[in-house]
Amino acid sequence: MTLNIAVPIDTTAGETRVPVSPDTTKKLVGLGFNITVEKGAGAQSQFSDQDYIDAGATIEADVAKLYASADVLLKINRPEETHPATGKGELEMLGEGKTWISFLAPAQNADLLDALQAKGMSAISLESIPRISRAQKMDILSSMANIAGYRAVVEAAHNFGRFFTGQVTAAGKIPPAKVLVIGAGVAGLAAIGAAKSLGAIVRAFDTRMEVKEQVQSMGGEFLTVELEEDGAGAGGYAKEMSKEFIEAEMALFMEQAKEVDIIITTALIPGKPAPKLITEDMVKAMKPGSVIVDLASPNGGNCDCTVKDEVVTAHDVKVVGYTNLAARAANQASTLLSNNILRLFEHLCEAKDGKLNFNLEDEITRGCTVVHEKEILWPPPPPKLSAAPQQPKKQPEPVVEAEPKKAKAQPIALYWLIAGALLLGLGKVAPADFVGHFTVFVLSIFIGWQVIWNVSHSLHTPLMAVTNAISGIVIIGSLLQVSGSGSALVTALAAIGILVASINIGGGFAVTRRMLNMFRKEG
Amino acid sequence: MTGLLSMAYLLAGVFFILSLSGLSSQETARRGNLYGMVGMAIAIIATIAAPEVKSYVLLIPMIVIGGAIGLRLASRVEMTEMPQLVAMLHSFVGLAAVLIGWGGHLSAEASYGVVAQAAEHMGAHNGAEAAIHNVEIFLGIFIGAITLTGSWVAWGKLQGSISGKPLMLPFRHGLNIIALAASLIMLFIFVGHPHGALAIVLLLLMTIIAGLLGIHLVAAIGGADMPVVVSMLNSYSGWAAAATGFMLGNDLLIITGALVGSSGAILSYIMCKAMNRSFISVILGGFGSDGGSAAAEDEEYGEAVSINHDEAAELLKDADSIIITPGFGMAVAKAQQAVAELTEKLRKEGKEVRFAIHPVAGRLPGHMNVLLAEANVPYDIVLEMDEINDDMPETDVVMVIGANDIVNPDAIEKPNSPIAGMPVLEVWKAKKCIVLKRSMATGYAGVQNPLFFKENSAMLFGDAKESVQALVSKV
Repeated sequence: MTLNIAVPIDTTAGETRVPVSPDTTKKLVGLGFNITVEKGAGAQSQFSDQDYIDAGATIEADVAKLYASADVLLKINRPEETHPATGKGELEMLGEGKTWISFLAPAQNADLLDALQAKGMSAISLESIPRISRAQKMDILSSMANIAGYRAVVEAAHNFGRFFTGQVTAAGKIPPAKVLVIGAGVAGLAAIGAAKSLGAIVRAFDTRMEVKEQVQSMGGEFLTVELEEDGAGAGGYAKEMSKEFIEAEMALFMEQAKEVDIIITTALIPGKPAPKLITEDMVKAMKPGSVIVDLASPNGGNCDCTVKDEVVTAHDVKVVGYTNLAARAANQASTLLSNNILRLFEHLCEAKDGKLNFNLEDEITRGCTVVHEKEILWPPPPPKLSAAPQQPKKQPEPVVEAEPKKAKAQPIALYWLIAGALLLGLGKVAPADFVGHFTVFVLSIFIGWQVIWNVSHSLHTPLMAVTNAISGIVIIGSLLQVSGSGSALVTALAAIGILVASINIGGGFAVTRRMLNMFRKEG
Repeated sequence: MTGLLSMAYLLAGVFFILSLSGLSSQETARRGNLYGMVGMAIAIIATIAAPEVKSYVLLIPMIVIGGAIGLRLASRVEMTEMPQLVAMLHSFVGLAAVLIGWGGHLSAEASYGVVAQAAEHMGAHNGAEAAIHNVEIFLGIFIGAITLTGSWVAWGKLQGSISGKPLMLPFRHGLNIIALAASLIMLFIFVGHPHGALAIVLLLLMTIIAGLLGIHLVAAIGGADMPVVVSMLNSYSGWAAAATGFMLGNDLLIITGALVGSSGAILSYIMCKAMNRSFISVILGGFGSDGGSAAAEDEEYGEAVSINHDEAAELLKDADSIIITPGFGMAVAKAQQAVAELTEKLRKEGKEVRFAIHPVAGRLPGHMNVLLAEANVPYDIVLEMDEINDDMPETDVVMVIGANDIVNPDAIEKPNSPIAGMPVLEVWKAKKCIVLKRSMATGYAGVQNPLFFKENSAMLFGDAKESVQALVSKV
């Protein structure tokens, strides 16, 4: 017996997506499933009923019949308590022992899991598919985040009364918009790319240092706080940070709020209320007409002023709190979503026999199956691999950082003490004559030191040649000796000294001159 | 009269300082050289004019002959042989320092009685002063001798008459330490008995030991590191001059020696940093040769792709931005004129052509700059490693001409490579990399270069000059 997958219209407010497209319908039929689609389910994503029929699906107008005939119910949002068409709960309509597939947010919805368990249903939670490389092709969260990030920029642009790109026109100069993206996950990166391609100056902040290069590759500037702490947690998400770090972070945001025109926040830690990153004070600090798009609004929002599903104006700043940004690009979202879901079905039905195989040994299946055979399987064992490199945990202690500097200062002081002591010691025994010469010597070393640091690299060879010529100054020694003592040997030695030093002087200067004459500037 | 002489020396010293600072930029470099010449002329003329210098018959011909030889050498030398010349000139300074040291000792010996009397007379020539004077003589000869023989070996290695391979004597660091220790002990004995036959023998022995030490220090250094060695010898020659200055109580010698000594040391330091070597180990000799060279050579690298001149010319024609990376191979093949011609032709077609110079490309710091300047390549398109490395990924074609170790990706990618950590030109990041080379032989560091086997690399085998000339005619 092949399973019948029922795809109803998702009645959740604001939902426009459909989890199966005509294209994937065809492929699901190829896997052996029967597909029944509620009449008009694809309408908002521009998929007509005829498209589904052509792809091999059945269209069902009666909601009760649709649910009754389903073996697997596939939709996007969690089961509704009362379906507007029948007045009954969705799980109730479905009946016992069936399979439910949708986003379930199992961490927040323990009661829902209990209900599913009580009905003996199997349930797959789409957001619980583990974020491992093998499961990337079914990673719906990434697909949706990608759209949400893009859409966030579009919403921002829509609510922002100016160009994103800077222009110089006959009517005056337009400065480019400055965009700050907080959280450089998939959504954040998509937002950076979209804002950048509209011409804005884009900055991004994330607690995870590993994303710095990704941000830069999208054309964004990566902002950092002074404190070193890597916020990479399991499964590619950020973990919660220490108090010191958060303080430094908030100071950074405050500073940025005064400067930027648009803030897009995407900071979400799964299963937790979204961290409040943009305080009311920061909103006040922003220029009038600025826009905040809060992608974390489903979990309470990153901004104090966010109102769920609404665009509000707070302190002359528009705050966009749409919870379902992906649904605002329905066709695109449905296409990606249904492709991901197709991959999930391919994974669950490797035999292509139209049945679902719950192999709980498999990491992906185990991860997304939250209820099966009267057992609640949430939470799954932790994922084996993280996208972040495993690093030894560093404790964020600013004190530790200051210490090496102190330790370094000590030997330097010590060196000077030793040098000073040596000089004094020398001064005590040495005659005044020597001390005078020695002073000249040391000062000359410092002059040489200062002068040479500025030499451009291309002149190293001429410099060496000229210093070589100058060191021919030893000729003076020989000159003084040649007519000195009257000893024939000394005179002979001095004469040879004069000869070789002269070669050095003549050769050194001449060769330097020759080299320098060859350098020319263009033009 | 001594006041006049001192002022002349002061003036000369100021000119030398101006000379060095003048050489820090292209615009003022020629003036800097002129200052150096003026300073030298003032110093020499003032010295000759001094009342105690009398043997004009002897000294003037010597200066004229020496100067003529020097000028002749300088005008004859091929630009590619510049490093050898500089090394040889260093040896002359070393030799002069040794001779002056000996002269100083011998003349002191001859006038021993007189000096002693005078000392008693004035009460100034006390024990400490004599001791310091003798230490100065000793040091002057010691440093001079090291410079002298070290420069010989460097010259030989650069000329190719001595093998470029580092000489690895067993217990070599120990030998150096023994030589130093022996010299130090002799110094103490010498200061204790600065007169008579024993002192002469000690000095002679020390001169020989220092000479051997100089040979050994430089012989232990591979040919690839000669740029550092030459600049280090430059520094030594400065210190030798300074020691001589102390011995003679001559401030100008001290100033000049210290200037040259510190500038040479800094140049060496800058270069060491460019090669990621320890400065200390360079000064002590035999660096870059500890272990390391035994790194696995049997690694499989795959096959290098060879292309012919037509294909290479096509690549250049299609490229908008080109970076040329010359190395010692360009100097050997004397290809700089052809390269300049190619550059000009490509630039006329509106392509961006730039040169990337590694700090240690060639056998002398700035060697490539000098060669390119000789060939009339404008110096504002000749860039340093740090200036151009970031542009590599956006570059269409990089042409590597006879360079090897300085473009070796192993330095960055393989931590156990002998050249690991050395900053290199990241040519492999360009879209296409053409490597002009005679064969697949390794560079001076003796390590294989995976660049040649990268997918975006192509080898153009043959003499660099002929290859570039062929490209000029085909582009």
